[in-house]
Amino acid sequence: MFFTVSLYVALVVFAVGLVYKVSTWFRYSLSAAAADIPAKRMLAAVKGIVRTVFSAKILTLLKVLVLEVLLQSRTLRESLLRWWMHMLIYGGFMLLLLMHALEKIVSVSLFSAYYATLNPFMFLRDFFGLMVLAGLALALYRRYFMKLPRLKTAVMDQYAIIILAVIMLSGFLLEGVKITSYSRYQEMVEAYADAGDEEELKALESLWVKEYGVVSPELKGPFADEVLAKGRELNESCISCHSRPQWAFLGYGVAKTFTPLAVGLDKAGLPALLWTIHFIACFIGLAYLPFSKMFHILTTPLSLLANAVMNRETSDPLNIATRQIMELDACMHCGSCTLRCSVGVVFEEIPNTNILPSEKVGALKALVSGKPLDERSLKLLQEGLLLCTNCLRCTGVCPAGINLQELWLDAREALLQKGMPEFLLLSPLSLYRGLMRGRLDEDRYAGPARLVADTIGSNFKEIDAQNQTFDPTALDKGLVKHLGGSALGSTFKYCFTCQTCTSACPVVHNYERPLEALGLVPHQIIHSAALGLSDLVYNAKMLWLCVGCYQCQQQCPQGVRVADVLYELKNRAFKKVNAMKPLV
Amino acid sequence: MNFAIFRCCPTSIFLKQYESSTDAILRKLGIDFIDIKEFNCCGYPLKNIDFKAYVLSSARNLALARQRNVAMLTFCNCCYNTIKHVQHLLREDAALLGDVNTTLAKEGLQCTPDVKVLHLLEALHKEIGIETIQAKLVHTFKDLNIATHYGCHLLRPADIMQFDNPIAPTIFDQLVEITGARSIPWDTKLDCCGSPVWGVDDDLSMDLSAKKLDDAARAGADFLCSACVFCQLQFDRVQKMMIAKRGSRKPLPSILYTQLLGLGLGLDETELGIAQNELDSTGIRRFMV
Repeated sequence: MFFTVSLYVALVVFAVGLVYKVSTWFRYSLSAAAADIPAKRMLAAVKGIVRTVFSAKILTLLKVLVLEVLLQSRTLRESLLRWWMHMLIYGGFMLLLLMHALEKIVSVSLFSAYYATLNPFMFLRDFFGLMVLAGLALALYRRYFMKLPRLKTAVMDQYAIIILAVIMLSGFLLEGVKITSYSRYQEMVEAYADAGDEEELKALESLWVKEYGVVSPELKGPFADEVLAKGRELNESCISCHSRPQWAFLGYGVAKTFTPLAVGLDKAGLPALLWTIHFIACFIGLAYLPFSKMFHILTTPLSLLANAVMNRETSDPLNIATRQIMELDACMHCGSCTLRCSVGVVFEEIPNTNILPSEKVGALKALVSGKPLDERSLKLLQEGLLLCTNCLRCTGVCPAGINLQELWLDAREALLQKGMPEFLLLSPLSLYRGLMRGRLDEDRYAGPARLVADTIGSNFKEIDAQNQTFDPTALDKGLVKHLGGSALGSTFKYCFTCQTCTSACPVVHNYERPLEALGLVPHQIIHSAALGLSDLVYNAKMLWLCVGCYQCQQQCPQGVRVADVLYELKNRAFKKVNAMKPLV
Repeated sequence: MNFAIFRCCPTSIFLKQYESSTDAILRKLGIDFIDIKEFNCCGYPLKNIDFKAYVLSSARNLALARQRNVAMLTFCNCCYNTIKHVQHLLREDAALLGDVNTTLAKEGLQCTPDVKVLHLLEALHKEIGIETIQAKLVHTFKDLNIATHYGCHLLRPADIMQFDNPIAPTIFDQLVEITGARSIPWDTKLDCCGSPVWGVDDDLSMDLSAKKLDDAARAGADFLCSACVFCQLQFDRVQKMMIAKRGSRKPLPSILYTQLLGLGLGLDETELGIAQNELDSTGIRRFMV
């Protein structure tokens, strides 16, 4: 009764959760521009699916289904260890689900002589369970012992391992305890045994104690041969459903371990308790599935299939928006992307977890759900999205086939349009945006870079260079000291303001009125820095428009490493800007 | 010597043909190389942002190369400049090296700044040699005017790069001329292409490019030739966008040196990716004999 009620409750919660989650794919979007009424998006999705399935693309879908979904070819390409880990868990669990949990539906219809305690089914059940445990052991090894750099393990990963472990271990314990259970034996005898008088019952019981692992409170070995022979005779009807329990090797091991305590544990109701734990754990897993890592069972195949046949040029933009939200659910936090990320190592110096692709996905999930993120979290996410060289490796290795590159492109633009100045745009990290200029909204393209160039000065004091008198006591001695001690900046002190650097600068030469366009020119930056006029320096556009061509440094007669000094000043500005908005 | 090819981040999306043409000519010239899957971004774009992040990025790559006892071979000027510059800094500053190695130790890596780092042009000129390459040519070019574009980061700062004379370099010109093409003199030859500020201030970036393109056209160039990922992107992709935006310009296509040499070596055009260049470069065939 309790079992049936909990099953139905679990199914209902699962169904509600599933509907809710799927609805978010049609309700959320990465940017306001992509949003549209859910009904329209659902219609577009149905149209897209129907059109694809009834076309030549069905062959692509079948190929992806077999190779990438069932055989996990993408994982195999990256790591044999990870492939084994996942195949063991997923293969073992699916087989247990079908052949054991759903035995009354699946196994019974497939095999006419099916019985749970009969071989090969009894052996296979333990074998599949062992597969899952072996996979879980590999998973634990990978996450906790392999010390893979920057691999992050979240609560969702721990939950997945724990729920599977509880289900498997409670199953094995239950099996072992049932083998020894005297009360269970008695129930079976009452229901099925043909035996009549007490002597015959004793003979049967003796056999079962000797050969089937039952622990009887009264009967203990050694047993006389005639008794066992009589028992074997009576057992003839039992063996049509019962193979020797040794074949359930793990359960039998548990049974042997528990034997000394078996009678007491049985009286205390341990079998019933373990059974409850076992099925409740399964039902918790089922009910919580749409909200847990296990949701990837449904979403990852969808992502692999969708991305095999969709592309930016020909797919309906509504479907792309829907697919992108679904992709966020398809990520199962395996960390492949982070392990291959070209800038992953930068995390060691700039500890913003959003640099790591796997963590970016998690942050985007929070963003699209409409959860109010504070400005600092948004800023960190924006920075993490920009600190990317668009090398395409994360997208190439994702075993869920998620088009990460497009997620980054769209998420980046969505965040930049919120109007938070992004310092990283003042670097070659902007190149990708520049090269994708044709794909971006022209009137929104130049804004973000211009915004940060204009506002960076606002982080420092406004200086009117022509009309202000400088207070010598207010000069930034820290800047001078820092430059002097830095690898890139220390040569600034050799400058005797000959202006060769400025004469050699192609950026200066590009403007009719350089001072107007640039604020300061190179030799003035060196001179201002030497005087500790940091606010004047950081306000100068020249600092950000320097192309790093090194003509100034190459031609300086004094050996001032001019371009390198400018780089050092840029780095110092970054630290100051971020000190005002401190990083993690 | 064993080489590990150091590939440059933007090529996967924007310049696959540079990867395929480089691999093709190295194979043709009998140079063995490995791909180190674990290589990360050299750190060039981070130079504007954070010094330690910039140094750590290149240091990790140097450590990976040292681990496998290989030299690093790169076909991008920016990667070349970054890795060499960082290696120089690490040689000069023991404390910096110590810091970096403390971080790298977490991954079981250690950086010893004694890795040989070569640019592709260097490898062709010094390791293989002009004569060897010339002997393998099956086609040459006739009446082809090439405006050879070295690129800033290959030459400067010369005390660290030590690639060639920074004022009057000749290596790239020699490599171009073995194919039979003429490497013409042009005033703005050693100027910056403008790529570093593309995306930051597109007008400035286009102005810098325009200056060079106008000059090369005036000097009679049929093609530009580059050996850097960023310069090629600027003269190819960005020039195309420039023409769309600013108009009034006859396209002056840029060919990668590996594509030019590859044609000379008789390699298949699909492998060289000539058709993948944004500005139509197929016209180069007219000059081939």
